[in-house]
Amino acid sequence: MADETKAPVAEKTAAETPAASASAPSSSGPSSGGSSSGGSSSGGSHAPHRSGPRDSRDSRGPRPGGPGGGREGGRKFFRRKKVCKFCVEKIESINYKDVRLLAGFVAESGKIVPRRLTGVCTPHQRRLSSAIKQARNIALLPFAGRSN
Amino acid sequence: MINRTYELMFIVRPDMVDEELDKLISTLETAVTSTGGTVKSVEKMGKRRLAYTVRRFNDGMYILLTVEGSGGLIHELERRLRVTEPVIKFITVRIDEEQKRLDKIKKLRDARKKAVPAPAAAATPAAPVAEAGETAPLAQ
Repeated sequence: MADETKAPVAEKTAAETPAASASAPSSSGPSSGGSSSGGSSSGGSHAPHRSGPRDSRDSRGPRPGGPGGGREGGRKFFRRKKVCKFCVEKIESINYKDVRLLAGFVAESGKIVPRRLTGVCTPHQRRLSSAIKQARNIALLPFAGRSN
Repeated sequence: MINRTYELMFIVRPDMVDEELDKLISTLETAVTSTGGTVKSVEKMGKRRLAYTVRRFNDGMYILLTVEGSGGLIHELERRLRVTEPVIKFITVRIDEEQKRLDKIKKLRDARKKAVPAPAAAATPAAPVAEAGETAPLAQ
């Protein structure tokens, strides 16, 4: 009986520590590739989240769960899945002339917002970024906005 | 081969007279036609506030010129624009490849609309990987 009470406790702690150690290095962003396999083998606590589009990082925006690139403020809860605005609304051409469309992807400081925050897919982000750069060259968008 | 389409957008200083502007545009147009190109459209986008100060101006008149011609034509046009004093900025974008892509998407979209039955509709989206889509009117 003493063994029975001890065994589940031991298992629990054993399961916790690898999970904790797995989440610690994986929260350092893209290097979660190696540690996630350790995480799934240990207790599977993070496996259902990670088993989806794991290999290609250019899947939909920030992955659910804090670890894996969504390090803003150390959030660990589920972030709603962001979809690519251009894919959803079927906007085919991203022109440097439509400033209103482009301005939604530019921060106040004038910087181009990264893909993981806006949820844009890779080909559209590439086109968007070159359109923004063209617009900057023709003074439709600023290079640097109000200095922080 | 005169099959390249370019879009040339330039900014003219805001204190320029309209007739001088028209003179400038017609000079450019004659330059285009003399080198064997065609002017597709000229659009005066009006006075706009610049995002940053260019040559001590805070706003400018935007003009969009769409031409069809060879690369040498653009070289000549840009040279002229660089020399012209009222022009403060310009950018040239080649748009024929983009047009081809958009036309392809439109064609596929139309073909898909016509061929409403499932087997035909299933065949067409297989061709373009990520670009097939319905028309979306561009809000400019």
